Amino acid sequence: MAEQPMLAVAGVTTFYGAIQALHGVDLEVARGEIVALIGANGAGKSTLLMTICGSPRASGGAVRLDGEDITALPTHEIVRRGVAQVPEGRRIFPRMSVFENLQMGATLGVPAHFAHDLERVFTMFPRLAERRDQRGGTLSGGEQQMLAIGRALMSRPRLLLLDEPSLGLAPLIVRQIFEVIGRIAREEGVTIFLVEQNAYHALRLADRGYVLANGRVRLSGAGRELLANAEVRAAYLEGGHA
Amino acid sequence: MAYFSQQLINAITLGAIYGLIAIGYTMVYGIIGMINFAHGEVFMIGAFISLIGFLICSMLGIGSAPVAIVLVLLMAMAFSAVYGWAIERTAYRPLRGSFRLAPLISAIGVSIALQNYVQLTQGARPKPGGQIVSGGFNLFSADGFDVRVTWLQIIIVVVTILLMAGFTWLIARTSLGRQQRACEQDMKMASLLGVNVDRTISLTFVLGAALAAVAGMLFLMYYGVIDFFIGFLAGIKAFTAAVLGGIGSLPGAMLGGLLIGLIEVFWAGYFSSEYKDVAVFAILVLVLIFRPSGLLGRPEIEKV
Repeated sequence: MAEQPMLAVAGVTTFYGAIQALHGVDLEVARGEIVALIGANGAGKSTLLMTICGSPRASGGAVRLDGEDITALPTHEIVRRGVAQVPEGRRIFPRMSVFENLQMGATLGVPAHFAHDLERVFTMFPRLAERRDQRGGTLSGGEQQMLAIGRALMSRPRLLLLDEPSLGLAPLIVRQIFEVIGRIAREEGVTIFLVEQNAYHALRLADRGYVLANGRVRLSGAGRELLANAEVRAAYLEGGHA
Repeated sequence: MAYFSQQLINAITLGAIYGLIAIGYTMVYGIIGMINFAHGEVFMIGAFISLIGFLICSMLGIGSAPVAIVLVLLMAMAFSAVYGWAIERTAYRPLRGSFRLAPLISAIGVSIALQNYVQLTQGARPKPGGQIVSGGFNLFSADGFDVRVTWLQIIIVVVTILLMAGFTWLIARTSLGRQQRACEQDMKMASLLGVNVDRTISLTFVLGAALAAVAGMLFLMYYGVIDFFIGFLAGIKAFTAAVLGGIGSLPGAMLGGLLIGLIEVFWAGYFSSEYKDVAVFAILVLVLIFRPSGLLGRPEIEKV
């Protein structure tokens, strides 16, 4: 790649206590790309996303953002550089209103942008506007996912990390969520790194994809290419898709 | 009726002091899930700093009681906040992520160390604080009994209400308070949104310590005598208040403080003053058995 990648993960290993979750992962995400990472449960997908954000910290290898080594930075310093994450399980603040959750998303944002960004999220997800004063913990799964995405966008990230945005959602909402993700990338130029078990939707949306198994990258290629790959089909697509 | 009213006034005054201390317990528990057993000592140190503050004021010839009170209040809050910050930094932060009992043991260590430190530097004998605010007025008389409110009691209750209102506003409405609540609900997520979690935890200790210092000053003014050991009993009672109200709950701590004040004063007034502490701790036992989440607390299990 001639241009410096926005995100470069080089030989990253991560341990949870004595258990090694990642065994030297290498991958890159270029500016403006949508990259999907697929893999089975326990392959280390979520661990990789959290490692990029420094929690847990990689025990070996390096994570670079625009060439800067961020491996050893504390989480709040990493996200300050323009990274936002929609984490596994969404992690909505349950005893805060929808509005307050979005305010939290704007922690690193410019105060003058707040009203505009809020409007943008409410336009994207009108349901959130209706639920504005409702507590996060009382939202449905789909609404929580919308809120998690909206919250991540409030900081105007350059790089958006999404962890299984389709998990546990009805097919209709899954389609809606993926459509929004595509729009965020195309219309706002946000670079997207997406982790999914739902390989079909993810690879259809993505420019490129990686397959993670047992803490290692097994395959990589263009999204459509991977979709057609026999091994991918057998492991991640058979048994129906949403 | 007159006797009852008088006890009620005394109880509210005492409850205000407990409530201010209880906030520190509940906030710290809320954010890092530990009981800061050194918190009572911060209250005690706040009382000693206030004593020194009032002495300095009288040496400087500041005769006006309101001016002296405000100056001493600020001084006690500032210095105690430093203590609160330093305790977290040295005794708890290095233990974060270790097993749950470790910071608890460390807290007890800090508590003993601070008691001994004050005993050594200030002496073991009770220190009289002198009367800063005197006088009051009779509310009414009945049954040959005057119901009296002192100016000091009014000051205590007003200062407490103002501080609690300000503090509630801080937590509920400001971005600082929102970050504090976010850390309480999901620390990892808060850090993913750019919140400096360590700083927020420090801030929680600083705020709790400042409120305890105010309680220390009010205690000094109300009882007129302090010693290095006052933090123990007052601390455990305020802890009881926090548990009664629901540990982790801010309004719970305030309500719990008031209720503990009521229980203690009414028990002493109607039954036996020797057993007032027993009454308070019996409440602690009952709450822990029958309603561990307290009056306003959340049950442990929550739908996520």
